Amino acid sequence: MSMLSGGPHPALPQRGREIDGGLRGDALVRELERANLLGRGGAGFPVARKWRTVKANGNGRAVVLANGAEGEPLSRKDRTLMVERPHLVIDGALLAADAVRASDIIFYVGNEHRAAVSAMRRALAERHERAAQRARLVEAPAGYISGEESAAVHYINAGDARPTVTPPRPFERGIDGRPTLVQNVESLAAAALHASGALNGTALFTTSGAVRRSGVYELPPDVAPEAVVDLAGGLAKDVQAVLIGGYFGSWASAEEVWSLTLDSNSLRARGLTLGCGVLYFLPADSCGVDATARIMSYLAGQSARQCGPCVFGLGAIATATRRLAERAPQAEDLARLARWSGLLAGRGACKHPDGATGLLRSALEVFADDFVAHQQRRCITRRALPDHSRVLAEAVA
Amino acid sequence: MAEQVAIDRIRCDGHGICAELLPEMISLDDWGYPIIKPSPIPLRLIEHAQRAVEACPVLALRMTRVSKAA
Ligand SMILES: Cc1cc2nc3c(=O)[nH]c(=O)nc-3n(C[C@H](O)[C@H](O)[C@H](O)COP(=O)(O)O)c2cc1C
Ligand code: SF4
Ligand code: SF4
Repeated sequence: MSMLSGGPHPALPQRGREIDGGLRGDALVRELERANLLGRGGAGFPVARKWRTVKANGNGRAVVLANGAEGEPLSRKDRTLMVERPHLVIDGALLAADAVRASDIIFYVGNEHRAAVSAMRRALAERHERAAQRARLVEAPAGYISGEESAAVHYINAGDARPTVTPPRPFERGIDGRPTLVQNVESLAAAALHASGALNGTALFTTSGAVRRSGVYELPPDVAPEAVVDLAGGLAKDVQAVLIGGYFGSWASAEEVWSLTLDSNSLRARGLTLGCGVLYFLPADSCGVDATARIMSYLAGQSARQCGPCVFGLGAIATATRRLAERAPQAEDLARLARWSGLLAGRGACKHPDGATGLLRSALEVFADDFVAHQQRRCITRRALPDHSRVLAEAVA
Repeated sequence: MAEQVAIDRIRCDGHGICAELLPEMISLDDWGYPIIKPSPIPLRLIEHAQRAVEACPVLALRMTRVSKAA
């Protein structure tokens, strides 16, 4: 059994519990550890280890928070999963609650993902288990930061979807002060399939950009990126780089990407991460500096505006990258970006600055020639477009 | 066990007093917010660190214990 029916077309939703029997409790935790199931929300933390910690901290009063906020702009996999297999997500949350001895479950679903909200509500109403009937669905406010774990907990506790200072982390003190397991909905669905012995280790990917059919695809680990491209109908254009893992991830050059396999370990060895499974294929005729500037502006705009290094640092990065993209930089913009990209990690209450500067560092590497050209008011990919400084330079040469 | 300065990034509003009182451990970034060395505070600086912690006008700093291995 797999998570989706394959391809972006919805399967007929099941009407009730999908996983019956199979592993539970500590046996399930051992199986998740053996299979090395990693979280699918972005950070790739081992699921079994988190379950053990929450169980140990919880004394039977832990809370499970199923994270379906999906704030990442390029990702669609969580909402697709919740629409197509809501019962599988619920199965995973019930198994997690049982394994960590949680007494409450909260489904935190992005309020912009209307179809996912209704599918989850309907599925919850169809369930008869006590824990499912006690479960709540909370709509997550729109925005990139709302899905960060301490922001989710803060919102549910106090109606404020801004991150809080850690420690304490949610697994120590979360919902109503109780140890809380914050787990991405795909991680929970994967755990449920592991419990039934049915998962072949597949993961969900969201592809977009230069592919013919953007969408959510399910693939086994260790596949080559070509397999994803094939499922997505092939390439509509040549590709120059791929954004792996979304806005929290990294750019990789096309040459590098075609030599990769998409599993966490080999990606990690190259300094990349699968993150939430986003693969955005940047067409060869698009400008990497411009694409990066758009992402930096978005991320700076999404800051929860609580921490100086995030507010001012990401703001300055976005402004300088934008000036470079427009080929109107100040003299030191590129040098400043290089310095700032190493200055912000670990200096916010949450990891938002870490994610944003990680992406920037990869851009400065993969699009190094483009950034230098832009600092000189030229653009490599768009040289076909009128570029007055270049025309002028050639005219006087 | 060694000691370190921990900062509440949400409270800190970039007064910069800490960097004045403990320049060996704390510098300021382009926007006036502290960059704290990740290493444990050397014994001879512990008193200075305590003074910096007490001087922060918004109480954003505190001393934490870390194991030396970390
Ligand atoms: C800025 C920011 C935004 C995040 N947004 C989401 C999100 O929308 N959905 C999600 O599952 N995790 C998100 N995360 C990760 C969560 O904090 C948390 O690590 C995750 O939900 C844990 O589940 P997992 O271990 O199954 O991945 C975000 C993290 C950061 C720093
Ligand atoms: S680091 Fe940025 S996004 Fe995170 S809490 Fe601080 S201001 Fe908000
Ligand atoms: S003295 Fe306090 S508020 Fe000022 S920079 Fe240092 S930590 Fe921040």
